Amino acid sequence: MNRFRWSEFLIESLVRIAGFSSIGFVLLIFIFLLREGLPTFSEVPAENLFGTHWYPTFGLFGSLPLILGSLLVTLTAILIALPLGVATAVFVREVAPTWIRELLKPLIEVLAGIPSVVLGFFGMTFIAPLVREVLGAPTGLTAFTGALVLAYMALPTIVSVAEDALDAVPKAYRDAGLAMGATKWQTIWYVVVPAARSGIVTAVMLGMGRAIGETMAVMMVTGNAARMPLTLDSLFRPVRTMTATIAAEMGEVAQGSTHYHALFGIGIFLFLITFVINLTAAATIFKKRRRGGLR
Amino acid sequence: MNRHHVQRAGFILLGAISLIVVMPILLVVGSIVVRGIGAVNWEFLTAMPRDGMKAGGILPAIVGTLLLTLGTALVAIPIGVGGAIYLSEYARDTWLTRTIRLAVINLAGIPSVVYGLFGLGVFVLFLQFGTSILAGSLTLAVMTLPIIISTAEEALRAVPTEFRTVSASLGGTRWQGIRYIVLPQALPGIITGIILGLLRAAGETAPILFTAAAFFLPRLPHSIFDPVMALPYHLYVISTQVPGMPLRVQYGTALVLLTLVLSLNVLAAAIRSRFRRRRQW
Repeated sequence: MNRFRWSEFLIESLVRIAGFSSIGFVLLIFIFLLREGLPTFSEVPAENLFGTHWYPTFGLFGSLPLILGSLLVTLTAILIALPLGVATAVFVREVAPTWIRELLKPLIEVLAGIPSVVLGFFGMTFIAPLVREVLGAPTGLTAFTGALVLAYMALPTIVSVAEDALDAVPKAYRDAGLAMGATKWQTIWYVVVPAARSGIVTAVMLGMGRAIGETMAVMMVTGNAARMPLTLDSLFRPVRTMTATIAAEMGEVAQGSTHYHALFGIGIFLFLITFVINLTAAATIFKKRRRGGLR
Repeated sequence: MNRHHVQRAGFILLGAISLIVVMPILLVVGSIVVRGIGAVNWEFLTAMPRDGMKAGGILPAIVGTLLLTLGTALVAIPIGVGGAIYLSEYARDTWLTRTIRLAVINLAGIPSVVYGLFGLGVFVLFLQFGTSILAGSLTLAVMTLPIIISTAEEALRAVPTEFRTVSASLGGTRWQGIRYIVLPQALPGIITGIILGLLRAAGETAPILFTAAAFFLPRLPHSIFDPVMALPYHLYVISTQVPGMPLRVQYGTALVLLTLVLSLNVLAAAIRSRFRRRRQW
């Protein structure tokens, strides 16, 4: 009898440790990023760190072009993905007959499963030449190309969360709309979509979190020039993001050098951005939690 | 134009947009299959690379990816399923439990390249595993964890409470109820989650960039402390870092990676739909 309880206790402890390990990993990640990244702020003066030139070989660690590069690519991607994603979610959820839904959903899941390096490769060999021809630009590896690829990478997240949000709108809303003589389209447009608003905002935020952290595809198709994207044509010029900078340069720096610390510093920044985005999104999801609504 | 025409136009527009979303997916998969299939033959899958990776096969990259995925599975499955069991069966709704959930959501959102930094800092340098299968697997395991936890928890929660009550009423302990009643019922859902997590790990490049991946290593690894080539990193290398690489080889490598990942995807979907049909509650 006694041995029996011991095994219960042992298993419960193991399971508990596994449960709490997630907190441990988040802390561990943050602590190590700080440990390796914080020295940047003492090694590099602030005006250099937030300057406009990123040339590590000359001791210039201006992170502004990288931050703006990430912003430009991410925001453009979301501008493309938001209407596409929400429209697709509405179509799948409210309009499409069952057989079309059964066809569309697995395809979007396939998109979620394609490795980012494969999409990057496709972007390089297929989309970049297309962009070059259409724009007549010297290179097809531009911020716009990156945004286009990123938009499709964010789409599965946006579609699935937006679909959950539409799903959570009570049937009574739809019935009320139709009972008042509105067409199905009017009910969707004026009742269902506005009611799912906060869920759609969450979808966009999660899509944005996914886009800003995306690395390989972006690195392969944006051309990686660390220049300030301030002019109007910046969207159609090469650009460099924070993630691509870390991925491209970390392999070649000496451990403990200023450059090494600066790359971890960018890592801290990325961690904090995605932390805030996900926490805010989680707060909205927690508020209106439904069974199986969290994806 | 009356409102019924508006409705018709609206639905057609929505359908057209969905088509715009879906067509490129078919285009990506289709073009990689069509252009890559010519490169894939027995030698491509089973030989070492030759001529600066321009000829021969990609065996070490395939083996590397399989080993990294296996290592990830060994670490992530027990911790992930254990964590899910805790959240679904043991945890009460306290602030600590909510903190765990926030941590899981946050882990799921951390950029893959930041996982790479974490793995470099902790496993490669601090614990001195070096650039190795071990360091890469551990890094990928932490990244995979939130996917396994959230899908496994969902599967466990879907098992009706009555199952647990009946087990307890027959004199079973809590763990016996979980082990013999709840887990078997939730198993297909848990396995689906595990596959989805592992296929993500198999396709990732950024986390192994500085923790496990070797640029060119035409032999199979001898121990878990060896670096390895890996399919996604190899595709990155041959498409951006090596000038004059024949497109055929690039598309072939992309096809092998895509086939591996998508077949896992199909497997997960098959298990899920089969389970849904057989479920009696």
